[in-house]
Amino acid sequence: MSEKKKRITIEPITRLEGHGKIEIFLNDEGNVEDAYFQVVELRGFERFCQGRPVEEMTRLTTRLCGVCPWAHHIASSKCLDAVFKVEPPSAAKKLRELGYCAHMVHSHLAHIYALGGAPDFLMGPDAPPAQRNLFGVIGKVGMDVGKVVIKNRYNAQRVQEIIGGKTIHPVTGLPGGLSHPITEEERKEIEQMSGELVEFGKYTLKLVVDDLILKNKDYVDLITGDIYYHKTYYMGLVDKNDKVNFYDGEVKVVDPDGKEYCRFNEDNYLDYIGEHVEPWSYLKFPFLKKIGWKGFVDGKDSGIYRVAPLARLNVADGMATPAAQEAYEKMYEILGGKPAHNTLAMHWARIIENLYASERMVELIKDKEITNKKVRNIPTKTPGEGVGICEAPRGTLMHHYWVDKEGMVERVNLIVATGHNNAGMHMSVKRAAQKLIKNWKVNQGLLNMVEMAFRAYDPCLACATHTLPGHMPMEIIIHAPDGRVVKRLSREIK
Amino acid sequence: MNKDFKPKILVFCCNWCSYAGADLAGVSRLQIKPYFRVIRAMCSARVDPEFILEAIKKGADGILVAACHPGDCHYIGGNYRTRRRMALLRIMLQQFGLDRKRLRLEWISAGEGGRFQEVVNNFIDEITELGPSPFGPTKRGKGKNG
Amino acid sequence: MVPVLSDLQKGERVKMADKLKLAIARGATCSGCDVEIVDINEKILDVIKIADIVYAAVIMDTKLKEVEKWDDGYIDITFHHGAIRDSENEHIAKLFRKKSKILISFGSCSCYGGIPGLANVTNKDEIFKESYMDTPSTVNPDFVVPLPEWKDETGHKLTLPRFYDEVFSLDDIVTVDYYLPGCPPLVTQINQALDAIISGKLPPKGSVLASEKALCDECPREKPKKINIERIYRPHEIELNPDKCLLEQGIICLGPATRAGCDAKCIRANMPCRGCLGATAAAIDQGGSILSAITSILAISDKETQLSEEDIEKLVGQIKDPLGTFYRFSMPKSLLRKVEKEKK
Repeated sequence: MSEKKKRITIEPITRLEGHGKIEIFLNDEGNVEDAYFQVVELRGFERFCQGRPVEEMTRLTTRLCGVCPWAHHIASSKCLDAVFKVEPPSAAKKLRELGYCAHMVHSHLAHIYALGGAPDFLMGPDAPPAQRNLFGVIGKVGMDVGKVVIKNRYNAQRVQEIIGGKTIHPVTGLPGGLSHPITEEERKEIEQMSGELVEFGKYTLKLVVDDLILKNKDYVDLITGDIYYHKTYYMGLVDKNDKVNFYDGEVKVVDPDGKEYCRFNEDNYLDYIGEHVEPWSYLKFPFLKKIGWKGFVDGKDSGIYRVAPLARLNVADGMATPAAQEAYEKMYEILGGKPAHNTLAMHWARIIENLYASERMVELIKDKEITNKKVRNIPTKTPGEGVGICEAPRGTLMHHYWVDKEGMVERVNLIVATGHNNAGMHMSVKRAAQKLIKNWKVNQGLLNMVEMAFRAYDPCLACATHTLPGHMPMEIIIHAPDGRVVKRLSREIK
Repeated sequence: MNKDFKPKILVFCCNWCSYAGADLAGVSRLQIKPYFRVIRAMCSARVDPEFILEAIKKGADGILVAACHPGDCHYIGGNYRTRRRMALLRIMLQQFGLDRKRLRLEWISAGEGGRFQEVVNNFIDEITELGPSPFGPTKRGKGKNG
Repeated sequence: MVPVLSDLQKGERVKMADKLKLAIARGATCSGCDVEIVDINEKILDVIKIADIVYAAVIMDTKLKEVEKWDDGYIDITFHHGAIRDSENEHIAKLFRKKSKILISFGSCSCYGGIPGLANVTNKDEIFKESYMDTPSTVNPDFVVPLPEWKDETGHKLTLPRFYDEVFSLDDIVTVDYYLPGCPPLVTQINQALDAIISGKLPPKGSVLASEKALCDECPREKPKKINIERIYRPHEIELNPDKCLLEQGIICLGPATRAGCDAKCIRANMPCRGCLGATAAAIDQGGSILSAITSILAISDKETQLSEEDIEKLVGQIKDPLGTFYRFSMPKSLLRKVEKEKK
């Protein structure tokens, strides 16, 4: 493009879940002065769930996101266990985790093959847009490989359907367990499919990491280079051995040097996490309260942290299953140790997690208890406040409900996976834009590479934007960082 | 409160009891304020919640459902279902933001012309006091520019 | 001549010019509908033989600027999912209506408002206060709020879509050709719709591509001749018998007021229906319809004449949150549409 446009709008951002746009502003020399990653959607769940019977939350909150409904279903089910102070039978917890791991596989495979991984790396970041998608990928790898990809996604789907009732928007979670057990026939089906998924996980590791990325020097440079790099804190759930677990555990945070900064759980998450607001995005920016909000900057003194695959691997001491552990060690060897700050390595970490999830599925389906008929304990206590935390494919997810004595929802607080990464995504987009766009040189390939900066996070903006601001019925005074008044607005007072 | 407000009231009467009662009130020349219309159904149980919701949407400020006394329903148990229906509908309308008093269920028999007069006048006064329904036709509209 | 899907099962290739142009457009959505379309599995390989997906933000890189340049009717079929919540949603709905020959309202949000439609129970002031002031994790001492227009220190102007006061369905904004409800619609429903489109055997415009019958027809459970229940239970309060009708067990199930077509998946998973396929054609208001049905099955005692108004209130008061339960997916399509406040 030879025209000197000072403002570039990428609308909509693509190959992710959700509505957003990127605004890039160039200065007089044609270099990037500023860039913004704006989330433009919101719906209001925290407000309209008030007044609903709390046991319906497992089915209401799945509609936060159709790409990761299981994450909400699980966090909500755990939250309901807490609300009703009822412990599910051990078989129920295992079944929930099994279904959830199948979902992790489903979600991660979607991102690897259809959203971020293969389209950008297999087709190339500046391939023609019409080819940078799932169909281009299938065209390149061939129909036979394409069918294997599709078959394995079907496997993950089917396991979710057996345990959750539906492939998208599971329904079986109840306080105290699940609405129904699995039969021996279903167990055999799941065992067969889980085995296939482990093989496919290993295949994906070889295809995408070994063959595609590591053998291509340009990609290795891109991943380990400077364009997609931020030194932040990292957060993730770990089990009692400090290994990655998606269903249950403690939340652990490490600092940019990899040292443990803190741990917390359902009882005290509010002491650690605050949410900051900006006028140009509907999505709030979570940060570590005790360090404080210092703006969109890296480093130990900034409260910004990141979540999701790379963060989880950074935080944990390893993976709980063998093939995944081997891949974990290899990744850190190549990246030069822990923690890894390379944003694009999220794709790699995601593939390792996919392998772990499928191996974990095999462990769980072989458990003697998995076909137990008793998968629910009926609550007997008066309901009260409760919190449920799990790891969504895209990061730590927290559901917090307050209810009255009859179990009707009074208040809801949701801190959603992608939300934690909002600051990270914004900073990554801005940095990529500044480093890639110089001297008015802009083309669709470069713009796609700017988009790759957020795509690595596999964002789920529908989840993140559950809240609804509307118009404020009062006067707002906006201050610049130095304290002077930038803008004064007032709206009708009703 | 606007003193010129004239409420729009809809009265559903069942054929066998309350409609006859309304007729009796008319024949006896009992004075009733003119701010209501009557719709006759064979039984109060025929009054579908959807009718009432449609009436509110069209701007009705109050709805009165008049039925046979318990035990006297021409179809044996119709009015028992009506009262369950109206009770739950009243709760739901309250959730919609409407005052509970806007939906009323009364038992009026064929011989109770005086009672019909009393109930309807009383209902009209009550609704006048409450003011126009928040769902009045002037309020409705796409309202996109929030 | 548009090629027929069944012919292609034998592996024929089709010339570019003959290919259908498909688009997937979205409003206020959770994207479950996007995933469901991609999840039609092997069938997607058949679809791409006869169609080009020209716009689908979840998996393709086409930007809105390109869509705006296309001729009217350039797209053969657009599947639109998601409700209309803000000015951007409205813009997308109108844009894709203009550029498409056939516009399908896909999924419950687009057809009825869906779960986002439940936001019609509240209003912009309350919502605002909750999100940006009152939630316990929010740290906002200067009362900053997202604004439709804002300038940073350098003078760069940033915009956000304008928020509407209520949620709308797609057909409130533009004319819709077909409705495919469900949350999300089933793969079998999608495949049937695709087959119908490709073979040209479409029903009249404005049709709902789902069953005309109520879910009870599809439900695999034994149907009792009569239901008389004394008590209503919430799903977590009792053991759920997987063979008996849920209403018979005292569990609220929206089956009688909901279209069939979903294979009764929730019922098979031992959970009650919550009405995502929307009201049957016979009902004009899903909530009113199910309210009537539920109150009809409450048992009539032989002491009816002795029951007071309080007794009846207590009996129906067992049904918690009728508004949010009976209109779970269809609030914007209800006769009253949204909650209003009495003027004091």
